[in-house]
Amino acid sequence: MADQATFAEDTTGFMDSLYTAALRMTRNPSDAQDLVQETYLKAYRGYGSFEAGTNLKAWLYRILTNTFINSYRSRKRHPEETELDDVEELYLFRRMSGRDGAMGRSAEDEALDWITDDEVKAALESLPESFRMTVLLADVEGFSYKEIADIMTVPIGTVMSRLHRGRRALEKALHDFGVARGLVATQ
Amino acid sequence: MKAEKNKTSINCREALHRVYHFLDDELTPERRAQIARHLDKCAPCLKAFGFETELRRLVADRCRDRVPDELRTRIAAVIDHEHSQRASAGDVTQAAEH
Repeated sequence: MADQATFAEDTTGFMDSLYTAALRMTRNPSDAQDLVQETYLKAYRGYGSFEAGTNLKAWLYRILTNTFINSYRSRKRHPEETELDDVEELYLFRRMSGRDGAMGRSAEDEALDWITDDEVKAALESLPESFRMTVLLADVEGFSYKEIADIMTVPIGTVMSRLHRGRRALEKALHDFGVARGLVATQ
Repeated sequence: MKAEKNKTSINCREALHRVYHFLDDELTPERRAQIARHLDKCAPCLKAFGFETELRRLVADRCRDRVPDELRTRIAAVIDHEHSQRASAGDVTQAAEH
């Protein structure tokens, strides 16, 4: 049984990550701050039930995710918000490799250094929520499929499907940014 | 020696189809080894896998935000307040809780 007296010390290290996740989820700094605050308060209150030595990060993310879903998730419920067009595998790679980029370098040299922080964040935020959250938990926070399944309370198969489709959609979004900036040749 | 059917090699399409599983370490050891062997022999696929690895790293590195100081302060205050409320209530409820 974890001790509330050590809560602050145990959990302060996760606040940047949780805030990053909250920003991607809410797409709004003010809501993100409220979400993180509410998460910490709930975590504090429930800390007695957390089994010390188990996965604290996943436990905190579960609270964050549940709080987001229950309190902040868009209530407009556009059906299209949950839909995601299928995107071809290796979308960005296929369009960057095998030909010179606009900057005249080969794909090996080109790497991905043209992508800005804001573009990565915007690309992620352009995904529908459930896909966005899955990609966030996997690629930004490094959780395994199983951990994500526990955090989002969905089957592992659903995690995998959302993650793969979400990543491909992310690649397409990044590609579109590149095209808009004239740095990636359109196909 | 009995001739073995070569079931252990895969083609590019099969390898590329599993790029995410491979990077996420969500494959059986056998399948993982199979793909690793393919990558040893196939430069284009290796390049594709390398690209996807880099992209994952990019997303992780570029999506970092820092908590504003005033939020840290606010959260600390909220927890503190909660803690002191519990502490003062604790005199009365402690016996009931334990």
